[in-house]
Amino acid sequence: MTAVVEMRDITMAFGTNQVLKGIDLDLEPGKVTALLGANGAGKSTLIKVLSGVHNNYGGTVLIDGAAVHLDHPTTAQSYGIEAVHQKIADGVVPGLSVAENFLFEDIVNNRISRTASMRSILPRSKEVASILSLDWPDDVMRSDIFELPIADQQLLLLARSLVHEPRLLILDEPTSALSDSEAQRLFTVIRRLRDEGVAILYVSHRLQEIDAIGDRLIVLRDGVIRSDHPQPFDWADALHQMLGEAEATSDDDRGEQRGTDDVLCLSGVQLLDESVPFDISFRSGEVAGVFGLLGSGGSELALGMFGADPFVGGEMTLNRKPFAPKAPADAIAQDVYMVPEDRVAGTIIKNWSIAHTSTFPFLRDVSRFAVMNWRAEDKVGSSVIDEFDVVAQSPHDPVISLSGGNQQKVVVGRWLRMNPTVMILNEPFQGVDVGARRDLANKAREVAAAGSAVIVMSTDLGEIMQVSDRVIVLADGDLRHDAYLSETSREEILSKLTEVE
Amino acid sequence: MSKNEQATDAQLPEAKHHIDFRNLVVRYGFIAVTVFFFVFFYATIPAFRLSTTMLSMLKFTSVVAIAGLGVTITMVVGGLDLSVGSIAGMSVTVAAMTMVIYGQQGSVAIVAVLIAGALIGAFNAFLIVILKIPDLLATLATMFLVQGLKLIPVEGQSVSSGLILRDGSVAPGKFTEGFLQINRGTIGAVSYPVIIFAVLTLATWFFLSRTKWGRIMYAIGSNPEAARLAGARVGRYKALAYMISGVFAAIAGLILSSRIGQGDISAGSSLLLDAVAVALVGTSVLGANKPNALGTALGAILIGILLTGTTMMNFPFYWQDVVKGLVLLVALILSYTLSDKKQRHVEAVPT
Repeated sequence: MTAVVEMRDITMAFGTNQVLKGIDLDLEPGKVTALLGANGAGKSTLIKVLSGVHNNYGGTVLIDGAAVHLDHPTTAQSYGIEAVHQKIADGVVPGLSVAENFLFEDIVNNRISRTASMRSILPRSKEVASILSLDWPDDVMRSDIFELPIADQQLLLLARSLVHEPRLLILDEPTSALSDSEAQRLFTVIRRLRDEGVAILYVSHRLQEIDAIGDRLIVLRDGVIRSDHPQPFDWADALHQMLGEAEATSDDDRGEQRGTDDVLCLSGVQLLDESVPFDISFRSGEVAGVFGLLGSGGSELALGMFGADPFVGGEMTLNRKPFAPKAPADAIAQDVYMVPEDRVAGTIIKNWSIAHTSTFPFLRDVSRFAVMNWRAEDKVGSSVIDEFDVVAQSPHDPVISLSGGNQQKVVVGRWLRMNPTVMILNEPFQGVDVGARRDLANKAREVAAAGSAVIVMSTDLGEIMQVSDRVIVLADGDLRHDAYLSETSREEILSKLTEVE
Repeated sequence: MSKNEQATDAQLPEAKHHIDFRNLVVRYGFIAVTVFFFVFFYATIPAFRLSTTMLSMLKFTSVVAIAGLGVTITMVVGGLDLSVGSIAGMSVTVAAMTMVIYGQQGSVAIVAVLIAGALIGAFNAFLIVILKIPDLLATLATMFLVQGLKLIPVEGQSVSSGLILRDGSVAPGKFTEGFLQINRGTIGAVSYPVIIFAVLTLATWFFLSRTKWGRIMYAIGSNPEAARLAGARVGRYKALAYMISGVFAAIAGLILSSRIGQGDISAGSSLLLDAVAVALVGTSVLGANKPNALGTALGAILIGILLTGTTMMNFPFYWQDVVKGLVLLVALILSYTLSDKKQRHVEAVPT
């Protein structure tokens, strides 16, 4: 079968950062090609090249064997390439009715008057809806778009992109906002389109979904296609290719620390709306690594234990006493600390110095009757710089002037230096260079050795295996695996990810 | 300003090499403009040179400045209090009712006004923190409510001594001499309103830049989520800010009331815009690019100088708003167009 779209040696760089390093991929009609890759593998960049968003890519795209240049989204559309992006809210137009949303493109292009009556546009909007056999009654078509269930909004966007009878349909994480049953509805539609001969490029982090809907699986890592699998997929190999080799660490001979005291105990904790409640205990004196792909519930676990965002359900005890923090301040008062996933949005205060940032959670220690003692504050800033090897001139340097790794050392260091009872680090190595990553991992291990319960969340198995004594695997909010590193293996951990109870 | 504060506001290391003209303008432009006009008026208007001119300028500026300090605190936590004008206006009516209709002492009136201001601040906090209404909209609603509600007990009338009450009797009280002293009294040559203005400016400055509470408030205004995740009780600090703002507006209202000497129902109607303007102007002083107490006070004084000067040069009254508008515009250009602090933040965001 001849491919609809052929990519030949596609490259794409942002400054010095080479994101796509020569992609060769044929997309065939009547096939769902699933694309899998960790964060930063280059998936979104590849999609954007195909949908005409990045016009300065290298290499050639052939459509029906003829070379074309995709320099604009409308060019891509004219060649029959349609993309439905991840965020539904970016696609639907608030303030318009369902019917108007179906016809939004016509309205923008003035093919339909902005003031056209609902009655006059209903027939045409129903035509668009009928592409997906969406037989919605008139009152639904007349209602505001936000009264429509989220899954139906997703179907509406899909129908709208099918008006031009695309030859290649790109779906980027289309189920991320959908429940299981809603996703099933979407799959029925995708299978139908496939059988009608549309080429589909399906991007997702949900392995079960890919297994169910994909005809072919492409694994992308660091801008290169690592493997290409036909059905049935060899998941062990695919995950291995996606996540990379275990990184050779300089401290492979580090001893395993096993904790003895259960410090923070969770019982019946439910992370996601449709996930299974579980019990787990975190122990002092060890680093527990929580591994899971995007959307597996790791962030929910971190935020719940810190009182920042309540669990769907469940209870906790801290040192055998009930622990129910209603706000981060309550958790901090009991020496339970967390470094959030998103450093810029979650920790950085614009224009603040290293000293200000370091002392912020513990201002009581650097003030007397609430009056700030700036000398004491500078001392704390200097000690964070010294203890965590932050590359900076002085504690007065603005944190945002530091590199990502040094910023992270400051925002992790400000908590680690306070002898936490429980220290939660959510994705502490994101945007952090290798050297800083090793320093931070060593510090986390030191703090655990000194008696803290340290919990590290990551979507990168290499990082987890580098820093942890114990590995906990989450998938779709469920607890899949919990074992000491010496008693499990990379293969076992990966097999737990794809396992379906 | 201490070593520490300067360091926070200093340029990034890589930018240090070219401290350019633009930077000088952003940092000292506002002060230069103030000094320029002061010298200009001093040189051209003989009456401007009298020390009494300066003191009376400061005196009439104090009301706007004090209300502006309250607005400044709400701006620090990332909000904006639009109800300060109507709180000050209500204070005038409450003071008049307490003394004229209920025949109470001036001290009782003062306490009543301050409590009323704090309560309205608490109501704003309730709308914003508990009911989650955006700051601007919540305080806009409060503004209308307070403006209207204050007229109900006085049936839409201004309250002055000799007022005929509904039962036909004459209101028993009057503005007490003590209460009128708030505006008239002096220590040496300096009148009480100027002293209150100076004390509140220093107190607000100390609170915002020297205490941990001020530190936390700035953090909340800059990145509320980061503040929350570092353990700040965001709601409580926002509530505190709006209550302080309410009390400051009430103090401004007390001075206004003592100046007018009767419960004028239209008092304070122009105060809101002036107070917000001086707080906004204050953000550009010394290139701070954040709301701050000294900036607000200086902003109020600059506008005071300009109004005094232009009035003395016989500009018609309607030039006053043009002057205020121009000052605000210059300040906004300093903060938004010329300052590189915003840019810097975006550049530093790692990708």
